[in-house]
Amino acid sequence: MAITAFTAATSAVDAPKRRSKVALFLLLPGLLYLALFFLVPLVSLVITSLQVPDPAVFGRYTTAFNIQMYGEVIAEYGTQILRSFFYALLATIFALLFSYPLAYFIGVKVRRWPILQGLMIVLVIAPFFISFLLRTLAWKSILSDDGVVVSALKGLSLLGSQDHFTGTPAAVVFGLTYNFIPFMCLPLYTTLERLDVRYLEAASDLYSRPFHTFRTVTLPLSLPGIVSGTLLTFIPAAGDYVNASSQFLGGSSSTMIGNVIQSNFLVQLNYPAAAALSIILMAIILVIVAVYVKRSGTDDLV
Amino acid sequence: MTTQEALALDLTLDAKPGRRPRAGRFGVGSLILPLYSALALIFLLIPIVYTIVFSFNDAVKTNVSWRGFTLNNWLRVCDAPGVCQAFGNSILIGVIATLIATVLGTMIAIALARYRFRFRAATNLLIFLPMATPEVVLGAGLAAQFLTAGVPKGIGTVILAHSMFCLSFVIVTVKARVAGLDPSLEEAGRDLYGSPAQVFLRVTFPLLLPGILAAALLSFSLSFDDFIITYFNSGSLQTFPTYIYTAATRGIPPQANVIASAVFILAIVIVVTTQVAGEKRRKRLMKQTAGV
Repeated sequence: MAITAFTAATSAVDAPKRRSKVALFLLLPGLLYLALFFLVPLVSLVITSLQVPDPAVFGRYTTAFNIQMYGEVIAEYGTQILRSFFYALLATIFALLFSYPLAYFIGVKVRRWPILQGLMIVLVIAPFFISFLLRTLAWKSILSDDGVVVSALKGLSLLGSQDHFTGTPAAVVFGLTYNFIPFMCLPLYTTLERLDVRYLEAASDLYSRPFHTFRTVTLPLSLPGIVSGTLLTFIPAAGDYVNASSQFLGGSSSTMIGNVIQSNFLVQLNYPAAAALSIILMAIILVIVAVYVKRSGTDDLV
Repeated sequence: MTTQEALALDLTLDAKPGRRPRAGRFGVGSLILPLYSALALIFLLIPIVYTIVFSFNDAVKTNVSWRGFTLNNWLRVCDAPGVCQAFGNSILIGVIATLIATVLGTMIAIALARYRFRFRAATNLLIFLPMATPEVVLGAGLAAQFLTAGVPKGIGTVILAHSMFCLSFVIVTVKARVAGLDPSLEEAGRDLYGSPAQVFLRVTFPLLLPGILAAALLSFSLSFDDFIITYFNSGSLQTFPTYIYTAATRGIPPQANVIASAVFILAIVIVVTTQVAGEKRRKRLMKQTAGV
């Protein structure tokens, strides 16, 4: 659902007409709100990350310019930072491979039956309507050691009798992939739905083989969908800490940066470390997004 | 058409160059894609079905293994301590945050689509960035800000946080609608001596209403299901997601599944009815235009 918002406007033509005082009246309240509750918090994060602990009271910090915190958290949590981006990358690739054929089928093949098409899209976004946490817990039970799937895999000797699935990195990547598939599928669907099949017919008339047509016609035409889909999957996946949390699908060997930020902020009350990690996460993501968007050539995402 | 059916999946292509026969429609390639799609959709629905089925489980302590069918969980939803309280909080937060985000977001969307102003690029960036920021950063940032400002965490801070991240989504949803609006309709209103307020209330607003409602629904569902940002800013307040998170260690009561299932069914009913109604209206309009 979130994604239709993200992609629907991509091609909306901006045709602003007049200048007026009304514009200012319309813009100001909302922009002030965003400034106050989005920009100022980012500044607070930077300030917090530079603070030093108050020696007298645990959990209280005084303003300082302690830039070393960044070095400290990178040294201590470097593995978790790299791991987060690696898991997010894997989840994005799996979600793309999973979603593309599905989105293609719904967007192109089912076009002749609009009602069926609509219902299939409802099924794709259905996971959005049930609690994210309960969905993940459901997978945890289904994939638990005495669950059907693991027993079957053990029966087939694909898993050793002592092996687990939940709590492993594979389970975390699985959870991330599952939870972000709708985010990948919807933008793909919106671009593929608009794909003009006459291009494909032209290609096959010109004796292009199916795979060649796919690579040179379908894939480039669906690139905007791939770009929004991968961003919508990668960004939240990199910062997610629910899947990797040990109460859900993760374990001690699969901790991600989100878990570290959460435990530093809410459990250990080490605000500067949590803030520094947040700034690092944000900075890496912004760089990745900027490079990626520039290279793929779709500038307007809003 | 059929040649392309194979391409997405059936990458084991025939070596022979040249056009595929139309009979390929009944070939293996054309069956793989529908079959795959059906299986993929079933896969997506597995945890949903699981959650709904276990809302009928006659669970004693934990709701993990199946112990028999019962309707008691549905009939006595509020028996599990805290579930209904958390659910009520989530609804309240969702409604207020949606109201704030929808009003502010619609105003910005109209301004973006209709007016020329300086700092347009900066404005677009400010709207886009919250959507590109990981939730954990948004949550930690707001929590750090409330901490510095000495604001106690509670329902107020959660509402402020939710309105913030819903705002950008409202703007993009409504903006698409404003951009798709035919300006000649408003011109007609002005030509008929409608005052700017009349034109807005009688012409523009009714035309935008479906988009605004869609944005409000989106905003509510984002708010209702948000866990990460909420957890950083809720303090001791429990919303439905934070309730599940804290209950996960000792076991989720089946009543939580009941609430989630009920919300799910309601949402699906709303979405399907609007889809079907929209499709019917589209058909009727097409018939009418064809008749003219």
